[in-house]
Amino acid sequence: MPLEDYTIVIGLEVHAELATDSKLFCGCSTSFGSEANTQICPRCLGLPGTLPVLNKKAVEYAVRAGLALDCKINKFSKFDRKNYFYPDLSKAYQISQYDQPICEHGHVEFYVGGEKKVVGITRIHLEEEAGKSIHSGTSISDSDFSLEDYNRSGIPLIEIVSEPDIRSPEEARIYMETLRSILRYIGVSDCKMEEGSLRCDANISLMPKGATVFGTRTEIKNMNSFRAVQKALEYEAERHAKLLDSGEKLVQETRTWDDNLGITLSMRSKEEAHDYRYFPEPDLVPVILEDEFVTDIKNSLPELPAEKFRRYLEEFGLPEYDAELITADRDLAEYFEAVVAIYNKDYKAVSNWIMGEFMRLMNEQGIEVGEVKIKPEDFAAMLKLMDEGVISSKIAKVVFEEMFNTGKEPKTIVGEKGLVQISDSSAIEQIVADVIKDNPGPVAEYLGGKDKVLGFLVGQVMKLSKGKANPQMANEFLKKALAELSKNQ
Amino acid sequence: MSSITKETVCYVADLARLYLTDEEIEQMTESLNKILEFEEQLNSVNTDNVEPMAHAVPLNNVMREDVVEESMPIREAMLNAPDEVEGFFRVPRIIEKD
Amino acid sequence: MDILKKSVLELRELLDKGEISSREIVQAYIDRIEKTEPKLNSFVTLTFEEALKDADRADEMIRNKTHTTLTGIPIALKDNISTYHVKTTCSSKMLENYRPPFDATVVELIKQAGMPILGKTNMDEFAMGSSTETSYFGPTKNPWNLEYVPGGSSGGSAASVAAKQAPLALGTDTGGSIRQPAAFTGIVGIKPTYGLVSRYGVVPFASSLDQVGPFARTVAESAALLSLIAQYDKYDSTSLNNPRPDYLRSLEKDVKGLRVGVPKEFFIDGLDAEVEQAVRKAVKALEDQGAEIVDIELPHSDKALATYYIVATAECSSNLARFDGVRFGHRSENTKDSVTMFKHTRAEGFGPEVKRRIMLGTYALSAGYYDAYYLKALKVRRLIKEDFDKAFTKVDVIITPTTPSTAFKFGEKVQDPIAMYLSDVFTTTANLAGIPALSMPAGLSSNNLPIGVQIIAPSLAEEVMLSTAYSIEKALGSIGLPELEV
Repeated sequence: MPLEDYTIVIGLEVHAELATDSKLFCGCSTSFGSEANTQICPRCLGLPGTLPVLNKKAVEYAVRAGLALDCKINKFSKFDRKNYFYPDLSKAYQISQYDQPICEHGHVEFYVGGEKKVVGITRIHLEEEAGKSIHSGTSISDSDFSLEDYNRSGIPLIEIVSEPDIRSPEEARIYMETLRSILRYIGVSDCKMEEGSLRCDANISLMPKGATVFGTRTEIKNMNSFRAVQKALEYEAERHAKLLDSGEKLVQETRTWDDNLGITLSMRSKEEAHDYRYFPEPDLVPVILEDEFVTDIKNSLPELPAEKFRRYLEEFGLPEYDAELITADRDLAEYFEAVVAIYNKDYKAVSNWIMGEFMRLMNEQGIEVGEVKIKPEDFAAMLKLMDEGVISSKIAKVVFEEMFNTGKEPKTIVGEKGLVQISDSSAIEQIVADVIKDNPGPVAEYLGGKDKVLGFLVGQVMKLSKGKANPQMANEFLKKALAELSKNQ
Repeated sequence: MSSITKETVCYVADLARLYLTDEEIEQMTESLNKILEFEEQLNSVNTDNVEPMAHAVPLNNVMREDVVEESMPIREAMLNAPDEVEGFFRVPRIIEKD
Repeated sequence: MDILKKSVLELRELLDKGEISSREIVQAYIDRIEKTEPKLNSFVTLTFEEALKDADRADEMIRNKTHTTLTGIPIALKDNISTYHVKTTCSSKMLENYRPPFDATVVELIKQAGMPILGKTNMDEFAMGSSTETSYFGPTKNPWNLEYVPGGSSGGSAASVAAKQAPLALGTDTGGSIRQPAAFTGIVGIKPTYGLVSRYGVVPFASSLDQVGPFARTVAESAALLSLIAQYDKYDSTSLNNPRPDYLRSLEKDVKGLRVGVPKEFFIDGLDAEVEQAVRKAVKALEDQGAEIVDIELPHSDKALATYYIVATAECSSNLARFDGVRFGHRSENTKDSVTMFKHTRAEGFGPEVKRRIMLGTYALSAGYYDAYYLKALKVRRLIKEDFDKAFTKVDVIITPTTPSTAFKFGEKVQDPIAMYLSDVFTTTANLAGIPALSMPAGLSSNNLPIGVQIIAPSLAEEVMLSTAYSIEKALGSIGLPELEV
C-alpha cells in the first residue's frame, strides 16, 4: 500500500533544559560552553556520600510550563530513581519522576495548513541531565574510547510527553516549533536545539487508514534540528510502509537518525533490558504545592503565543502570515505592540517594516530584538514622517538603517543628512525642467512613443534631487511637462 | 514467590553490572534462594490498605534558592580519576565491537 | 596521671585549668594505638601527624577561650565518613585509595570544634555486616577476647573506644551497626532519630535507614558527642530542622514515674539466658528508682529483619551502582569496552557479601518483583512504625536486649548469611521506624564478654532515652574496660 493509505501515528518526548542559574540538585552554574569539568562539584560528579537538594526555581518553571500547556498541576509529586549504567550518568541513576509527575493531562494547539490541530500532553516531569560523551571516532560505534564531561550533569530538565496525536512529520515539526515558542514565551527555557537545550525523541507507527489498533512502533533519537525531526519521520514512515507492504518483520526498536546519510539506523546496543527499577528517591522528600503557589504562577504568565496570534488577527486585522511571524518570538511581539501603541494608523505598515527591514537588519548583524537600538517611539515617529510626506518610502529605508545603526531619532537623521523630501512644486518643476533640458535624446524618444523612457527620466529627476524629490510628484510633473512639450511640437 | 533460577541470577547480575564466575553463579543462586525463603514470611502479613513508608522523616518541600555556588577546582575533580585526559574522564569504547 | 583512664568531661576540666594540653592527650592515645594496633586492627588509616597539629590548634583555642565542650579531645572516625584528602575506603578494595575532595558535614563540625582526628576505623565492607569480618583489610578483634568479633559494621570504632585507643568515636547505624558492636564491646553507642544528624558525606548503605552516631565509654560522654554532631544541615534534604537541646543537661532527670515498656516479642527462645538476665536486672534497676514497668506488644517486630533486608538491599543496590570505575575508585584492567569494564571493576572491587546484597536488592526492584518484595516491605515497614506509635502512647521508653547473644567467634557465622543477619534482629526495628535507640553495657557474661541493653525512645526523644540510660548506669555501675595484654 502506498504511504497515503496508512495513518501515521507519532508521539514526541521533548526534553527542555530549564533556564535556571544553578543545577537541579546542586549549586553549580548551568551556563553553556565552559571548559570540560569546570562546572561540577562532588554532588553532580556523583561522589559517594553526596546528597541532592531541590532547586525551587526549577519547580516553579516546571509548574509554569504545565500551566502554559494547560496541564493539571499535581498537588503531590515526588522523585524516583531511574537506575541504569552509562558513562555519562554520574550516579548510575537519574533522579526523575516516575508515577507522580508534577503536571499531567494538558494540550497544545497549532495550525497546520490553515487547519487547527490539538495535541494532548500526557505529562510533564522534572529530571536531571546526564553529562556529555565525546566519542573518539566519527560515531559512537567506531570509537575506541570516549571522553566524559560532567558540566551538563545535573542541569534541570522538563520532559514533555505528548499523546500519540500527531499525524504527520510536518505536524511533528510544527508541534516542536509551537512548544519552543511557548517555552520561550514563558521564559523557562531558551530551547536552542543547537546547544542541546531542546531535544526530542519520536515514536512512530503506521496503521491502515480507518484502523483503530496502533501498529508496531519504533523510537527515533538523535534528531538535532526541527528540520531533522521532520525529515527523520518522513524517512521512517516510508521505511515502515515498505516493510509492512513486503510482509517483512518490522522490529520494535530504537533507531538513530543519521543526518548525513538521511536515514535511520538500528541502535544495536546489546539487548538493553530497559529495567530501570524505579523506586522512590530516599534522599529527597515529596513536593506538596499549595494552591496559592500555583495561582500566583498562573497570574504571572504572560499572554501566550496562541492568544496573541488571535488578538493580532482580531484587534490589528493583520493577515495570518504576519501574525504568525511576529508572535513567534515574544520579544518581537512585544516590540511590535510597543510601536503600535503609539502609531495606530496603519498596523499593516508597522508589520511590513518589522517583517522587512527590521528583521533583515537583525539577521545581517546577528543581534536579538533586545539589543536593537531603535526605540519604539522613534519607529513610530519615522512612520509619521512618511505620512507627512517629509520623507519618501525610499528615503525612509535609508533613515531606518541609520536609526538601526545609531539609535538616533529620525528627525535628527533627516536633518543631519538633509534628507527632507522635496515636495515644493516650484522646486520640482525646476528640476524637471533641468532634466528635460539635459536629456534631449531620451525626451525625443519618449515623445516619439517610447513610454518606457519615462522611468529613466524620473530616475534622472531623483538623481538630480539627490533622491529627495517626492517621487509621485516627480512622476506627475515630468509627465505634465513632457505632455506640454509634445503639445507645443 | 517462586525460587530464583540460575538464568534469573545471570540476568540480575547483568542488570547490576557484576561479572560472576560460573562457581559464583551457583553459590549466588543458592544463597539468594535461602534468603528469599527467609523473606517469604512477609507474605503472611496483611498489608491491605497500608501506605508504603519510603521515608523515615515527615518532611516535605525541602528546597533551595536558585543561587550559584562555586564549583570544584578541576584538580580536585580529577583527584581520583582512574584515567584522565586533558580535563576529561576517559572511558573505553561504549558500544562493544561486534 | 593516666590520661587514658580519664573521662572526656574530666579531660575538659583539666584542659580548661591548664593542667594538661591537648597535645599530651593526643600523644597518650597515639602511644596506646601504636602498642595495641598489631593485636586489634581497629584502624585502616592513622592520621597522627595531622592530629598533633590539630591538638596544637585546639590548645590555642583553649588559651583564647574560644573553645567548646569537646575542643582538644581526640576522636576516631568510621571509614565511611568522608574526610578531606584522607583516604575513605569503606574497608573495600573498591575505594582502597579514594581520597574525597570534601569533608562530610559531621567532620566539618568536628574540625570546627577543634577535635583532633586520630584516624579512620575499620568496618564491614560498605557497612554490610555484623562482625567486621567482611573488611578488605582484615577483621578487627574484640578487645575483651581477641578470638571474638567486635561486632559490626562499626567494629573498628567500637573496639578503639573499648580498648582505650580513642576516648570517642563515630560510627554509622543502618540496622544496628553502632548498637550491636557497642553491646559486644561493652560501651555506649547511639543511633539518633533519623534526620537528627547530617548524612552529607557519609557513604550510604541504605539512605532511608543510615544514621551517624557516637561511641563513648559512658552515657554522659556519648551525650556530649551527640550534642556536637546533631545539627541541621541544609545540604541534606532529610535533615530535621527542629531545635536541638543540650543533651548533657537532661541526663540527671530521675526516672520516677517513667513508663518503661518491655516488649514480649524481644524475649524469645533464641535469647541467651545470661543476656536476658542482665536486661531484666537493668529493668529492675529502673523499677527500683521509681519507674513503672509496662508489658507492651510490638506485634510486627518479628518481621523487621525480613523487611530490613529488602529495603536496605534495594537502596544499596542503587547506592553502589556509581562504583563503575569511571570517575573514582578501583578500575579493572579489563577495558575491552565500557560494559566489560563495569562488570569486572565491580567484580574485583566488591567482596562477596556486598555482591550478595546488590544482587538481592536489584532482584527486589526488578520488573515483576517490585510489588511482591520492595513495595510489600515498605508496607510492613509502616506497620512496624505504627506498632511503636501505639506503644509510645502507653510508655515513654522501651527496654530490650541489644543482641540475642554476646559476641561470637570469628568464622562462626560468616558462611551463613541468615545466621549473621539474625544478630541484628533486635536492632533493625528502630532504623525502620526512624526512632532513636541506644545500647549500653548491662553486665558481663560468664565467659567475660559484655552484654548490652537497648533503650528505644520516640522520635526526637533523645533526652529521655539518655536520662533513662544514665539512671541504669548509675544503678548498675561500670563493667570496666578490657585489659589488653600489650
